[in-house]
Amino acid sequence: MSETDLGVWTVLIAMLGGAIRVSTPYIFVSLGECLTERSGRINLGLEGTLVFGAMSGYAIAYETGSAWAGVLAAALAGTLFGLFHGWVCKLPKVNDIAIGIALMLLGMGLAFFFGKPYIQPVAPDLPTIALGAWSSSPQVEAALRINVLFVVGIALAFFIAWMLRSTRIGLVIRVVGDSADAARAMGISVDRVRLLATAAGGALAGIGGAYLSLYYPGSWNEGVSSGQGLMAVALVIFARWSPVNCIWAALLFGAAGALGPALQSVGVSSGYYLSYAAPYVLTLILLIATSSTTRAVRGAPGELSITK
Amino acid sequence: MSAPHAIGVETLHMTKRFGDFTALDEVSIRIAPGSFHALLGENGAGKSTLVKCMMGFYQPTAGQMLIDGREAEIRNPRDAHAAGLGMVYQHFTLVPSLTAAENLVIAREDAPAVIDWKKEREGLQAFVETMPFRVALDQPVNRLSAGEKQKLELLKQLYLGRHFLILDEPTSVLTPSEADELLGMVRGLTSAGALTCLMITHKFREVTAFADAVSVLRRGAHVGGGRVGELTHDDMAAMMIGDKTLTRSAARAGEKGDVVLSLEGISAADRSGLKTIDVDSLHVAAGEVVGIAGVSGNGQMELMEVLTGQRPVSRGSVSVKSVTFRGTRRQARELKVRFLPEEPLQNACAGRMSVAENLSFRSYDLNGKGTRFWLDRAAMGRLAVRLVDAFKVKTASIESPIASLSGGNVQRAVLARELSDEVDLLIIANPCFGLDFSAVAEIRARIMAARNAGAAVLLISEDLDEILELSDRVLVMSEGRIAYETSIETLDVGELGRHMAGHA
Repeated sequence: MSETDLGVWTVLIAMLGGAIRVSTPYIFVSLGECLTERSGRINLGLEGTLVFGAMSGYAIAYETGSAWAGVLAAALAGTLFGLFHGWVCKLPKVNDIAIGIALMLLGMGLAFFFGKPYIQPVAPDLPTIALGAWSSSPQVEAALRINVLFVVGIALAFFIAWMLRSTRIGLVIRVVGDSADAARAMGISVDRVRLLATAAGGALAGIGGAYLSLYYPGSWNEGVSSGQGLMAVALVIFARWSPVNCIWAALLFGAAGALGPALQSVGVSSGYYLSYAAPYVLTLILLIATSSTTRAVRGAPGELSITK
Repeated sequence: MSAPHAIGVETLHMTKRFGDFTALDEVSIRIAPGSFHALLGENGAGKSTLVKCMMGFYQPTAGQMLIDGREAEIRNPRDAHAAGLGMVYQHFTLVPSLTAAENLVIAREDAPAVIDWKKEREGLQAFVETMPFRVALDQPVNRLSAGEKQKLELLKQLYLGRHFLILDEPTSVLTPSEADELLGMVRGLTSAGALTCLMITHKFREVTAFADAVSVLRRGAHVGGGRVGELTHDDMAAMMIGDKTLTRSAARAGEKGDVVLSLEGISAADRSGLKTIDVDSLHVAAGEVVGIAGVSGNGQMELMEVLTGQRPVSRGSVSVKSVTFRGTRRQARELKVRFLPEEPLQNACAGRMSVAENLSFRSYDLNGKGTRFWLDRAAMGRLAVRLVDAFKVKTASIESPIASLSGGNVQRAVLARELSDEVDLLIIANPCFGLDFSAVAEIRARIMAARNAGAAVLLISEDLDEILELSDRVLVMSEGRIAYETSIETLDVGELGRHMAGHA
């Protein structure tokens, strides 16, 4: 094997590992956003929820010594943010997008405020599954060390897809998301369904945040999120509001995000900062490529304020 | 599901007041079990109020309702459903992105928490087999045609075990053949004793062809009715409109002038993006009405969008008075082109803006010489008052949001705006959808008057009667093409129908 071949393989393996590592928060946040949007509401506050989840997860994990307690705390915090968003949006003449942006800033502000004392201490990490134990290559081993939350996220995507297809709750969420009038005619309380869907979406975003601070990058600081919560919105559109597609979209974004570190690891240093922009460039390219001037976005819930 | 058995319903002195306004005045109507009963009346005659009281959406101020001869208290729609009463609305209540099967199952009050699709599908299939018509169960509703949706609405009510159905203008969005098919099915179910039906309608033809009995409302009061066979169309019309005289279509006058609108070799993608709309050549001259007939969904909507500049063309051009027309406001103003698109509330109005604002959309930025920066609210108000008056738009005030007006009045308001100035080319699509017939007559008279004043009129309509009444020349659109052309003098309705059905 020549020197360059090894380089290419190392980059690819590092990108695979990176994709899995980086994609997990995307999976959780996008599943949360997907669920909320399928109920006909958009929550742009998930970035704030994510950051607050990262802080509270880290803090509780440090205080209790259990990473899972941290995840639970992050989910709870996310639920509260979701409930708050859902409750405010129930009030007349409230715009969900504006409230989302306000909550995003609020969540980040609160996280930075309460998170100050936790920047130094070290909290326990989340456990991993070593799928690469068979390999002698340390790169492969490192790439295939998979976090439990990644597996949970994939299972959850399939579960949500099944739920939307084959349960009453799932159908009710879709009815509410597609036609509020039809839902009211059936006697479904539109606001309640959206409140609960937003709360569940918030919980998932909180878990995504806990992953950031408890596994990768694995510490709490103010730059822990690189906009995953916001990009999840684009990702859900790209995934055409399908939970299973969210996995693929998240992996793609993860791989793009892993490009920079992977290039760095093989010693490419010139302009590698530019490759950190890959996920954002990818977002733009995908949204432009899949857009159309004459047709509405396929698969979009009819009640969504951005597609109405 | 309970065994099929039709329910009889009777209202006794039902009255509903909204403040000082009496929407419904002591209405007593008896609808026998297994009958197909038509409820006639103009817009605002109280038909909707009556059925909303029956369904529990409104509480009547006074009066009672009997179901199968027993007094029934209907406090909300849920009570009505429990009593076996159901309603099919003018606008679809199906959820567009769900499949037909999903729509049916989720509408059931006892929908299971976890849905076993295999079992449900078998149940649905077995149910559909007992029905006189088929609906594709696995298609998302937004891919069904209007006729199929309406059948599915009907199927849903029967699936939910309702045996007294209120149909609110069920055929307003259907083609004549779809309408006949649907009403034929309802007729079959009522004569089999499985269903009682109360249908709100404007169309006499449907009443005589399908209904057993008819009741007529005028200004909230029950003014007459009886068995269908004993009443003529003239009797019913007299009951509906009372003693006012209808606006008759003005006689044709004036000479055909120069060509105003011409389309040459137009090609554009249709809604689905899979097929194309091709119009090789279409000319409309001053002082003539060219009618485009066709079954809905054959490219008329896309043609309208091409004309208004909303749909890009891949080939060809639209020209007005030999100038290439791109549908900008400025061009429309300079060339005196005016539009009346279908569903004007969605396509030609800003629903939440006031009547006055909507009426000045064509002129708010003009001050006689050029464009203005500051709005002249007083002039907008004066214009609105003048137009509301001239076109008899019924509105609480010119400051009310235009969405609060009834369909006929929105149509009048838009027509007022579009016809307020000199017009050289008027492009209209389905101007009379869902309007009562005095409004229809009036709007048609206005169109005719515009023609006689020398405007070129292109009328796209799915209502063949309208085409025949107004047009000087008739074109048929079928599968995105102009399939047939004839002048009104040599027109043969049978031939026209064959081309509309695409069989010629």
